[in-house]
Amino acid sequence: MPGKLKVKIVAGRHLPVMDRASDLTDAFVEVKFGNTTFKTDVYPKSLNPQWNSEWFKFEVDDEDLQDEPLQITVLDHDTYSANDAIGKVYIDIDPLLYSEAATVISGWFPIYDTIHGIRGEINVVVKVDLFNDLNRFRQSSCGVKFFCTTSIPKCYRAVIIHGFVEELVVNEDPEYQWIDRIRTPRASNEARQRLISLMSGELQRKIGLKVLEMRGNAVVGYLQCFDLEGESGLVVRAIGTACTLDKLSSPAAFLPACNSPSKEMKESPLVHPPSHGCRSTHNSPIHTATGSRLTQNFSVSVPTLIYTGMGSGSAGKEGGPFKALLRQQTQSALEQREFPFFTLTAFPPGFLVHVGGVVSARSVKLLDRIHNPDEPETRDAWWAEIRQEIKSHAKALGCHAVVGYSESTSICEEVCILSASGTAAVLNPRFLQDGTVEGCLEQRLEENLPAGCGFCHIPYDELNMPFPAHLTYCYNCRKQKVPDVLFTTIDLPTDATVIGKGCLIQARLCRLKKKAQAEANATAISNLLPFMEYEVHTQLMNKLKLKGMNALFGLRIQITVGENMLMGLASATGVYLAALPTPGGIQIAGKTPNDGSYEQHISHMQKKINDTIAKNKELYEINPPEISEEIIGSPIPEPRQRSRLLRSQSESSDEVTELDLSHGKKDAFVLEIDDTDAMEDVHSLLTDVPPPSGFYSCNTEIMPGINNWTSEIQMFTSVRVIRLSSLNLTNHALNKNFNDLCENLLKSLYFKLRSMIPCCLCHVNFTVSLPEDELIQVTVTAVAITFDKNQALQTTKAHVEKSLQRASTDNEELLQFPLELCSDSLPSHPFPPAKAVTVEKTSPMGEGNFRNRSAAPCANSTVGVVKMTPLSFIPGAKITKYLGIINMFFIRETTSLREEGGVSGFLHAFIAEVFAMVRAHVAALGGNAVVSYIMKQCVFMENPNKNQAQCLINVSGDAVVFARESELEVVSTQQPAANCQPACTGGEVTT
Amino acid sequence: MTSELDIFVGNTTLIDEDVYRLWLDGYSVGDAVALRVRSGILEQTGATAAVLQSDTMDHYRTFHMLERLLHAPPKLLHQLIYQIPPSRQALLIERYYAFDEAFVREVLGKKLSKGTKKDLDDISTKTGITLKSCRRQFDNFKRVFKVVEEMRGSLVDNVQQHFLLSDRLARDYAAIVFFANNRFETGKKKLQYLSFGDFAFCAELMIQNWTLGAVDSQVDDMDMDLDKEFLQDLKELKVLVADKDLLDLHKSLVCTALRGKLGVFSEMEANFKNLSRGLVNVATKLTHNKDVRDLFVDLVEKFVEPCRSDHWPLSDVRLFLNQYSASVHSLDGFRHQALWDRYMGTLRGCLLRLYHD
Repeated sequence: MPGKLKVKIVAGRHLPVMDRASDLTDAFVEVKFGNTTFKTDVYPKSLNPQWNSEWFKFEVDDEDLQDEPLQITVLDHDTYSANDAIGKVYIDIDPLLYSEAATVISGWFPIYDTIHGIRGEINVVVKVDLFNDLNRFRQSSCGVKFFCTTSIPKCYRAVIIHGFVEELVVNEDPEYQWIDRIRTPRASNEARQRLISLMSGELQRKIGLKVLEMRGNAVVGYLQCFDLEGESGLVVRAIGTACTLDKLSSPAAFLPACNSPSKEMKESPLVHPPSHGCRSTHNSPIHTATGSRLTQNFSVSVPTLIYTGMGSGSAGKEGGPFKALLRQQTQSALEQREFPFFTLTAFPPGFLVHVGGVVSARSVKLLDRIHNPDEPETRDAWWAEIRQEIKSHAKALGCHAVVGYSESTSICEEVCILSASGTAAVLNPRFLQDGTVEGCLEQRLEENLPAGCGFCHIPYDELNMPFPAHLTYCYNCRKQKVPDVLFTTIDLPTDATVIGKGCLIQARLCRLKKKAQAEANATAISNLLPFMEYEVHTQLMNKLKLKGMNALFGLRIQITVGENMLMGLASATGVYLAALPTPGGIQIAGKTPNDGSYEQHISHMQKKINDTIAKNKELYEINPPEISEEIIGSPIPEPRQRSRLLRSQSESSDEVTELDLSHGKKDAFVLEIDDTDAMEDVHSLLTDVPPPSGFYSCNTEIMPGINNWTSEIQMFTSVRVIRLSSLNLTNHALNKNFNDLCENLLKSLYFKLRSMIPCCLCHVNFTVSLPEDELIQVTVTAVAITFDKNQALQTTKAHVEKSLQRASTDNEELLQFPLELCSDSLPSHPFPPAKAVTVEKTSPMGEGNFRNRSAAPCANSTVGVVKMTPLSFIPGAKITKYLGIINMFFIRETTSLREEGGVSGFLHAFIAEVFAMVRAHVAALGGNAVVSYIMKQCVFMENPNKNQAQCLINVSGDAVVFARESELEVVSTQQPAANCQPACTGGEVTT
Repeated sequence: MTSELDIFVGNTTLIDEDVYRLWLDGYSVGDAVALRVRSGILEQTGATAAVLQSDTMDHYRTFHMLERLLHAPPKLLHQLIYQIPPSRQALLIERYYAFDEAFVREVLGKKLSKGTKKDLDDISTKTGITLKSCRRQFDNFKRVFKVVEEMRGSLVDNVQQHFLLSDRLARDYAAIVFFANNRFETGKKKLQYLSFGDFAFCAELMIQNWTLGAVDSQVDDMDMDLDKEFLQDLKELKVLVADKDLLDLHKSLVCTALRGKLGVFSEMEANFKNLSRGLVNVATKLTHNKDVRDLFVDLVEKFVEPCRSDHWPLSDVRLFLNQYSASVHSLDGFRHQALWDRYMGTLRGCLLRLYHD
């Protein structure tokens, strides 16, 4: 019995009226863990029952502790008929299983019912006594920490980054079992919620075991997803990066303050700045992997694009040998790993050396052909294939690792598209193995890799690249080659030198497809995919040029499959990297030059495009210093770029030579207008409206060029569904609808958040789904952060002036704050140990004031504020403790859709409830924020004719305690929030 | 392309004060959008009408969901679903319970019943306040009434504690509840010149002095109902006008004291007996519910109107009433001095407030 779980049910409040006659409720509570159930007494005739139960004790294996959720059911006692359920609370006790996280879960939890939503709250206290288990062959992995954050968590230091861990479990979906025909929707929803909770626990435990095998102690960048495959099952899968983390001494610890920072500096690789980068050009090669597999499953492997820049010529003068040496070492470190993948998007300084480009792979599968649907083997094999493909793509780019790696699926009926993508990279081996690499190599690396541009330098062997591309010498160090454009899936490295501000860039695309069955359908989809990827890529490239920028970070391409269409949505943050060449403009060329008015039209458009580029440069403050060619002293001739957009396959490549449109401009990007579609594309390029003044947006963690965030943050989720008119749907009309949908959504966000100006929308995350034939659903989650305009302007100015001279120093200043928690703690506050940390109070109590007439009546709120953000940090605050992972799955269903305010009312209420339940769990853990929050799934189905709707939501994040930096000065220490929560039951105002 | 679903949910619930006002005023989404367009918001922000429509819908939906909680404001503070900063919570509650002067004058003193609710249509037409807003205000009155009736303790405190209103608004509600409970007539034509503030002032004085709570703070309903015993006792004041000697003595005391000080002395002297009879008869009739209801009508008819027709300035009214009340203490044959003070102290305050054009 390695563990004892103790639960106490304290009280309830705001319960619903269950007895119409008395307008009251006779409530009692069932507490269930595994197969053991305890009950409280019935508290008669009250909507605010005070059970104050004994401690219910469960003696359990730690394996069960990890897998099972604690299930609390509130019921209304009925003498004559069956007791009615009021609702349930599931509590994941995992955070109590590792020493550094929460020690107690205590607080008010919303009582949730899948049909009625939240119905009152219940106050619960949960504790776990763990006994040491010395069994080497144990099945549990208690003690392994999990983080959703895709960077090294703020109060930790990475000792070793072990690498990729993945796991997948399958079960029959209760919704599709025969019994579902006879049971109530509530029973079915609850079975599903419980099953997913169990599966998540099991999955996490199994991943933990793998981490322990690798001798790690944590999983960072943990991403868990559900695939609702329908008849063939319910899949829960997760990926993450196993690490060995060391807790940094916090300011509250008793270490001499002045020691650690300097020591930290020496130990940590902060001193040397090489980093990662990746790049891409439109010369994307198409790798077709043949899909003849000997299984009985139908499978189509999709030709894959590698977004990369290709080089010719030799490596930099001195870089070569080191690169080779480095590669060798990294290789040996990585070869032991089946998949050298990392789910991280931001890295310890020095971890990433070079980046090759974005690699992605997709595959179309038929779910009804899975031979043994209840077993995970088939899906495991599917993913293994895809990962293998990613690995080989990375290899083709001269890279041994993939960073910023993620996986996703899109399912429609029996067709499933599996996708994986990441950024091929060369890594510094130092973090990858125990025996730290000798200092000499590092030292020489440091000398040779110039600040802020190392990651941009190409990692591959230029001589052997099969695809021609445009390389120049780095505009920063002028020693190594860099590509002309860089695409990556990672965050902007903190030491990168950026000019001006960044912006959100999206490519949007729809393609109609015929309704088909089985193989025919899968084949049709597979045939469409490469074209979609290609066009998405082209759009991204055009929009990037139009913004006058040369690199994309955080690129995420989502392909969604529907009955009769495919949707592609790519989001990324465009920036101007100082190390890369200035992007050329866009030239339009007409194909029928004999028509005078047409010519005029073309030149008019050209003017508009040029104006837009100029305007954008001004808007995003992109004014790189002019560098004359002599200064560059380039030994290679100035690259003459002539990139073309190929509208279709029919245009053969020999046109390239024919169309060497030397329009006088050295590096213009030529858009050829050969049909109306192309014309429309150009128009749509120009219709993207920039955000109103005072607004910026990006999909990465931070916005380059803005560093003075205030503490005012607002996380939000917005959902829109549009119905397409089914008549005469064309690709063109579809594209326009989709484009308008996204643009209008953004406009609405800007309008709604106008009071926060000047403000930046960070981590803007769009997801598209096609719930039905004519419906398109777009879900956006992001955080708006206000920044201080005056300071921003100053810094920007200073930044621009100095950017080249003091490239990296300046930049560190600008961008360091997400990292500051490792380094800032001490130098800035000379006597931190003497100062206590004020935790933002979770529950200020104040019922006593109600009688006091002069007191502002609303000042006594008993509900503490819990911040939520998709970012890994909280501006102006310091994360002092990670309390554990939040991973919640909810189903909500209604049979009275109209009465609940229609689909909008229903979903609005549900999302608000989900937020509330996340906040309540965090507060109960003693936390005051969720970081790296993500809504992974929001599956919405409606049937207005039957007045019904159902929605499934899956969210996750890291519960943390943070303290305002200003409050670090305050001496008084507040009690841990959770401890004072039960106290407020007594003071409850009853009506 | 039609928008099937369009929502925005923030971790902190966004409250737009302007839209809240439009919602409270009972405008439909369409009207609210039109009004917002007219306010020039599109030009200021560069937004489109569609954006405004979506934004307005969204806020209306939020308010609609919050309304259930606003019906019991402490719930708004304790609920977990909407994270709203305390200052915003206070604003939501205060504005929700705020009411229009024009509306409250229509229903003040009326029974807060279904019957009155049916008349809201007419009130809406008469006042120009939307029916929806009338309903909200009426329901607020009724809800507060239901909660605080039969409750122990100070009326204002009870209102404040259960509805978390500001002191000012809690006092207004106490007055509304008091008037509704005692069904004072306020709608007669001759009372039209009086504002809600005039009545609320009187209500507060009456609650302080004429209710059970004035003598015993431990009874139910203490601030709602008038002290029956006190009303019964008021019959004893009859002697002041029924006993001719006493009346004459009273008159001479007042006239002696005020001679030369009053601009309208002769009018006062001529009218003294009528005025005194009026004031005392009001007191003696208060045992009948019907007469309680007509209190304000009687006060205006028997005192305010006669004085006003003789063009008494307010300062003279004050001098007269002070002297009129005080002189009774010098009437040797009159034994109910305390009763007289309890009655006249309040009445004097009320009359001074009611005396204006």
